[in-house]
Amino acid sequence: MTEQNDKNLVRRRFLSRLGKAGLSIAAAGVIAHRLYDNKGPELGVQSEDMVTFPDFSVEPQPGRTMSIVNGPDRVKTVNKAIELLGGIGRFVEKGKTVAIKPNVAFASPAFLGATANPQLVAELVKLCYRAGAKKVFVTDNPINDPASCFRWTGIAEAAANAGAKVVLPCANLFRHTTLTDGKLIRNWPVFFGPFENVDTLIGIAPVKHHVRAGASMTMKNFYGLLGGRRNIFHQDINTIIAELSMMVKPTLVILDGTEVMMTNGPTGGSVSDLKRKNTLIASTDMVAADSYGCTLLDLKPSDLPYLAKAENAGTGTTDYESLKPRRAVVS
Amino acid sequence: MKIVTTRRISQAFFFTLFLWFCIVSTVGEKFWQLRRWPVDWFAQLDPLVAIGTALATHKLYWPLLWALVTIILTIIFGRFFCGWVCPFGTLHHFVGYLGNRRKTAAQKIRLNRYRKAQCIKYFILVIFLSMAAFPSLAATLQTGLLDPIPLLTRSFNLLLLPVLDRPVSFISATARFSEGAWLILAIFLTAVLLNLLIPRFYCRFICPLGELFGVLGRSAIWRIGKKQADCTDCKLCEKSCEGACLPSGGIRISECVLCFNCRRDCPDELIAYRTTPSLAGEVTNPDISRRGFVLSLAGGVFAVPAVRLSNKLGSNWHHKVIRPPGSLPEEQFLTRCIKCGQCMRVCPTNVIQPAGIEGGLENLWTPVLNFRIGSSGCQLNCTVGKGLPTDLVPCGKVCPTSAIRPITLAEKLGLDEFADVGPIKLGTAFFDRNRCLPWAMDKPCIVCEENCPLSPKAIYTQECFNTVRDGVLTVKETAGNIINVDQALVPAKFATGDYYCAVDGEHRVKIAANTENSIELSPGERFEKVPAAGGKIEIQVRLQRPYVDIEKCIGCGVCEHECPVSGKKAVRVSAEGETRSADRRLLLER
Repeated sequence: MTEQNDKNLVRRRFLSRLGKAGLSIAAAGVIAHRLYDNKGPELGVQSEDMVTFPDFSVEPQPGRTMSIVNGPDRVKTVNKAIELLGGIGRFVEKGKTVAIKPNVAFASPAFLGATANPQLVAELVKLCYRAGAKKVFVTDNPINDPASCFRWTGIAEAAANAGAKVVLPCANLFRHTTLTDGKLIRNWPVFFGPFENVDTLIGIAPVKHHVRAGASMTMKNFYGLLGGRRNIFHQDINTIIAELSMMVKPTLVILDGTEVMMTNGPTGGSVSDLKRKNTLIASTDMVAADSYGCTLLDLKPSDLPYLAKAENAGTGTTDYESLKPRRAVVS
Repeated sequence: MKIVTTRRISQAFFFTLFLWFCIVSTVGEKFWQLRRWPVDWFAQLDPLVAIGTALATHKLYWPLLWALVTIILTIIFGRFFCGWVCPFGTLHHFVGYLGNRRKTAAQKIRLNRYRKAQCIKYFILVIFLSMAAFPSLAATLQTGLLDPIPLLTRSFNLLLLPVLDRPVSFISATARFSEGAWLILAIFLTAVLLNLLIPRFYCRFICPLGELFGVLGRSAIWRIGKKQADCTDCKLCEKSCEGACLPSGGIRISECVLCFNCRRDCPDELIAYRTTPSLAGEVTNPDISRRGFVLSLAGGVFAVPAVRLSNKLGSNWHHKVIRPPGSLPEEQFLTRCIKCGQCMRVCPTNVIQPAGIEGGLENLWTPVLNFRIGSSGCQLNCTVGKGLPTDLVPCGKVCPTSAIRPITLAEKLGLDEFADVGPIKLGTAFFDRNRCLPWAMDKPCIVCEENCPLSPKAIYTQECFNTVRDGVLTVKETAGNIINVDQALVPAKFATGDYYCAVDGEHRVKIAANTENSIELSPGERFEKVPAAGGKIEIQVRLQRPYVDIEKCIGCGVCEHECPVSGKKAVRVSAEGETRSADRRLLLER
């Protein structure tokens, strides 16, 4: 009887082991099959997270492409400038999400004018909410430390007080993009995350002197959307700025020439680098805005090769007068 | 409430507070950011910091007066800090409990017996203090290597927080890095895992601070002891004895960390904390011989000049030892820095990094600026506040010993009353013309110039036009803006806006575009004398070549950080010209 029991036990244990061994072998086989790679690794494969920036631009309205407003008070001039283009309602629809991309490149205080003016940023946020925007983000991928840039420029505080969310460039917000007709932006990391589910994109940039590019304005502002080792693009600064205008089609750009950085740009560092020009431009055409803006630096559009390049690529016109810009003065 | 419960609450409180101070060491105004949190309070409470710097500098920096509170309480109550406050002690206590809780009472009693080797920490203390105590010979403060407060601050801030914050990006949007963190990890992990062998291994055998408390608490007014000489000798009082201090027999007062487990565990309630010494006798002095003391003292005294034989404070100083703004001259710096890493933690750009030993053995884990790491160089307008001239610079603000002085932004930038002295220079940027794109490879670049934060910029450029390789072309014919040439060109190569077409090497016109065999000049531009067929033209690249204005450069390293030549940067800062040391200056006049 016990012998029989022992035999049964031995058999049962053997069958159990057999089962486990079979399952393990099967699992190893399935895993190997799933992971099977008959080619081996390749170099230079396209990234898997390829994206394209959506087109944020609005339907053009003749005579309402660009406005130039003179006056010392940015809050007043920006309101007037947008009003001349048809009002904020033309750009921001009710219930939509807005991303504002100011120039927050440097960790320097607002009065040095190296970054977008915080008051101006806050006013744009308020305008968007007044137009019924559901959510407004303020974001940039600065050159200096991102948190420091947003803090010391006062943009973080101004934006937050106006009700906007500040989005800092975390690594998980970057994707890759390739510009179809581009030479430089190919499989390149871009700061895409904040713009993924956004309906409206507004750029805000000051007019600044720039030794390499001639001037830094609304097109150069979108350098902030590039990730990775973007500094290598300085070897061909004109092409990269033109390609930025092809990669990003903003709804509206604000070019702030209230205080223009005439020298020592784009970082500035002293109020003596600034000159009051009391001019603010709103435009749906970045090339036109920058073509006018460079005159504030005593330059001609032909002095900035990237403008002609962008024009040739069809992203705008350097002949801003042909757009019949609307002008006004508010004191 | 039982006293052991009270002790546990105290430990949990101080451990949480310590963790909290690590978390809030982020510049910012939110409640979980720096604001006015006294993040260096634990270092200030630490008497080893106070005594070490006082021995080395003959001064007691005022915030370190907090240590006096700890010292007085220790003289009255004994080593309460180890058992009730020290966050590193709490960690060891907890891990030791977890690792040994399944063991039998007999095994635990064996683990917690007193060992002769517990005197090692006494030698460590004497060596460290004697290294600091003789400035006339050469003094260096190395207590921070093993002092539990700096050690844990360093390990949490430079190791655990960056790793834990990586997936959530809560503390910092950009990833934080710590150069050589593997060594910090190795030491931290070893110290923690040794608890599995012997509970509170670090506290019993290594901790120089614990030993200092042992010495201070020798004549503590209240002490643990037996209420009668004889007992059943069950040894249960030693089952959970944290200090391994022999409460069952002649208790070793200098080892007792006041965990009160013996009092809880004695089945006959024979152990008390009172003014009367143990009736079973007690040993108040650390278990060391005079020979051991003399040897470790001599060893410490000898060690400093021995280490300094490499002359790292003299002519052989390492050019990469670039200290944060406000740092003291090197010799004084080394008598104050406790290697706690708070300056590195608080630095918004992560540019302050723990040093390795290339600048000398003493330099290990002291703060140096590494412009290849982090999110920017040393930012010009960096403060804990909103950037007012009266706001303090973060690295100096959190330095517990003022190795980095708490300077204002005005002092850093040379504003207001500091205008005569000028800005604080950390070093000087040098161009490596063999690597720089415009200098060595005729490629336009000048990212360094763009990012130089000074006004006027310390990096300036000079324009030049260089004929490109195979750039002398023969004209076939000229038609308006188009010049057809004999040679084959790479299409669009010269269309970047940086290339010019020159006749006679001088008169230049900007090129707008080119095909395989033609060049298109920019619209509206014409040669005065149109190059004739058969004549020569040259393709030239317009370069802006960067220079450093050595009188302006403050060595902030933003240029080095941004330089696109990423392997070995084409512009690099080294410490020559730093304000803090006269013997490293570069120029004749300031």
